[in-house]
Amino acid sequence: MSLNIIVLAKQVPDTRNVGKDAMKEDGTINRAALPAIFNPEDLNALEQALRLKDSHPGSTVTLLTMGLPRASEIIREAIYRGADGGIVLTDRVLGGADTLATSYSLAQAVKKFGNYDIILGGRQAIDGDTAQVGPQIAEKLGIPQVTYAEEILDLSDGHVTVKRRLENGVETVKAPLPCVVTVNGSAPDCRPRNAMRVQKYKYAASPSEVAKLSDERKALLEKRPYLNLQEWSAAYVDADPAQIGLPGSPTKVKAIENVVFTAKDCRVLTDNDAEIEDLVKELITNHTIG
Amino acid sequence: MDQNNLIVYLEFEDGRVADVSLELLTKGRVLASRLGVKLEAIVIGDNLTDVEKQVFPYGVDRLYKVSDKRLYPYTSNPHSAVLINLFREIKPQACLMGATCIGRDLGPRVSSCLHSGLTADCTALEIGDHTDPKTGKEYKDLLLQIRPAFGGNIVATIVNPECRPQMATVREGVMKKEIFDPEYKGEIINLDANKYVSDEDFVVEILDRHIEKSKINIKNSPIIVAGGYGVGSKENFQLLHELADTLGAEVGASRAAVDAGFTEHARQIGQTGVTVRPKLYIACGISGQIQHIAGMQDSSIIISINNDPAAPINTIADYVITGNLEEVVPKLIKYYKKNSK
Repeated sequence: MSLNIIVLAKQVPDTRNVGKDAMKEDGTINRAALPAIFNPEDLNALEQALRLKDSHPGSTVTLLTMGLPRASEIIREAIYRGADGGIVLTDRVLGGADTLATSYSLAQAVKKFGNYDIILGGRQAIDGDTAQVGPQIAEKLGIPQVTYAEEILDLSDGHVTVKRRLENGVETVKAPLPCVVTVNGSAPDCRPRNAMRVQKYKYAASPSEVAKLSDERKALLEKRPYLNLQEWSAAYVDADPAQIGLPGSPTKVKAIENVVFTAKDCRVLTDNDAEIEDLVKELITNHTIG
Repeated sequence: MDQNNLIVYLEFEDGRVADVSLELLTKGRVLASRLGVKLEAIVIGDNLTDVEKQVFPYGVDRLYKVSDKRLYPYTSNPHSAVLINLFREIKPQACLMGATCIGRDLGPRVSSCLHSGLTADCTALEIGDHTDPKTGKEYKDLLLQIRPAFGGNIVATIVNPECRPQMATVREGVMKKEIFDPEYKGEIINLDANKYVSDEDFVVEILDRHIEKSKINIKNSPIIVAGGYGVGSKENFQLLHELADTLGAEVGASRAAVDAGFTEHARQIGQTGVTVRPKLYIACGISGQIQHIAGMQDSSIIISINNDPAAPINTIADYVITGNLEEVVPKLIKYYKKNSK
C-alpha cells in the first residue's frame, strides 16, 4: 500500500543560541540576527515519514510549512533528505497568527492538498514551545491525533500503531487513518542529506525565488519542472479572512518583557549560603530555571 | 445552573488526583475568589468515588464527575468531547489544565473546537484589565496569562479578550499546592457520560501502557548538570543527579569522568561525545579541556563549580563558584526548593 504522507514543519529562529544582538533597542526580537533553522522535532517527524516511505514503496512525502517565502529553504532541506516535494503557505494576511489561526490556515492547506493518509509533525516548535498546532489541525480536520510519538511501530489495514513517550513511561496506541501524529525529540534523528539528491535538487526554487534568478536559471527550471517548489496563498486554500492572521487569533499579546541576561563578565562567588541563595533567586527571576 | 465560573480539569491516575491539578486548584481558588465566582473542577475516568475527599479541601465549590469504564485511561477524543459539550452548557470564563502529556494533548483540541484562546506553559496567572491598543475597547478582569516565549528570551503576557473560556496550561511544580480549608465542602454533580461522549469518539485504542525510563537525551535538554573528573566518584555523581532531578535537567559528563567510570558514555559532552547548547550549563568539577569546551561553549549561561579558582573552564563561565561541590550542590538544591514556588 502506498501512502500520501504530509509532514508539517516550521522554519524557526534558533532560539537555543541567542546572542547579545538578538534584541533590538525597542525590546523586539531582531529576527535577522538569529539563524533560521528547520525546527528540530519536525526533523524527527520527517524521519518517521521517510521510514514509512521506505517500508511502503510508492509513497510520497510532502512537506507543508507556513511562513515567510524564505521557508522554501526547509523544503529543499527536506528534499535533500528524501522528501518528494513541498508547499510553502505564505501570505502577508497570515502574519501575526496565534496557534489557532495557524492551525486553521494549515488545515485549509491540507484540505486543498486533498488525498492524504497520515500527517506527521514535530511535537512543538522551539520558538513558541506550545505543542498546540498539531492537535488543533487534527480537530479542524475532524480526525484523531496521537501526540508525543517516539516510534511508528506499524502501519497496515488502515491503522497506525504508535509508541508514545509520556512523563513516566510509554504507551502503545492504535489509531485509524487518516490521523495526525506529532513526534517527540526522543525519536530517532533524521537521516542526513543524500549527495545525489543535493545535486539533483540544489536549484529547486519557489516562485518568489525564481523572480530573482538569472534568465539562465529560469530556463533551467522551465526545462526541469521537478525543480519548481510550490507557494500557496491564503486565497488559494480558500481561507476565511476572519479566521486567519491577527484578526483570526483569539489570543493577543498584552505585553512583552525581555529577559535581560547579564553580560559575559564573570561573577565569582564563594560557597557561602547567602551568595548561593542570591544566585538561585536570580536564575529563577530571569526564568533560567523554574 | 450558574455560568461564568473558573474550572480546573483534574488528572486522575491510580486513584489519585495529580499534584499538578491540586496546584491548579490552589491557584484557581485565589483567582475565583478575586473574580467572585465559583471554583469548579471536573474529573473524567473510572472509579471516581473518593475524588471529592481529595479536592474539596482545596476550596472546590462544585465537582463534576464523569464516570465510565471507557474513559480510563485517558484518550484524546472522548475527554475532549466531554469538555466541549459540558463547556457549551456551563460556559466557564476560564479553564486551567496541567501542561502535561494529557493537558497539552487535550487543551488544543478543546480550544480549537470552541475557538477559545489557549496559552501553554504559563508561569504566572493573574487577573487584570486590558485595553485593546487599536480599538480602545476596555476589558475588565481578564485572565492574564504570563509565559516565557522565544526559548525563554522574552516573557509575554497573553490575554483572550473576546473568546471563552480563557484557557491556560501550567507545568507541574510552577504553582504552590496548599490546602484552603480541610473542612471545605462543595457540591458533587454526577454527569451521564453517554450524554457527553458518543461511541464514535472511542477511535484510538490503547494496546499497552507501562513504566519505562526515557533514554538519556542531553542534546535537547534546556538545563544540563555536568560532572568532570573532579566529582571524584560514582557516588558523588548521584549528587549531580539529585540536582538535575530538582531542576528538570539532564546529567552530562566530561570525557575524564566517563573514562574514570563515574557515569555512562551516553552522557559524554565534547568533541568525542555530543555537542550541547542549553540555556544553563552547570559544570561541576570540570577543569575545561579544549575537547570538552568545544562541546558546550555555546551554552547561554555557564556556572562553574570548582575548588580550583584557576580552572580553565572559569574563563568562559558566567558564574564561578569557588568551593567544594559536595557542599555547593546540596545548597543549590536546598535554595532552589525554597525559592522556586
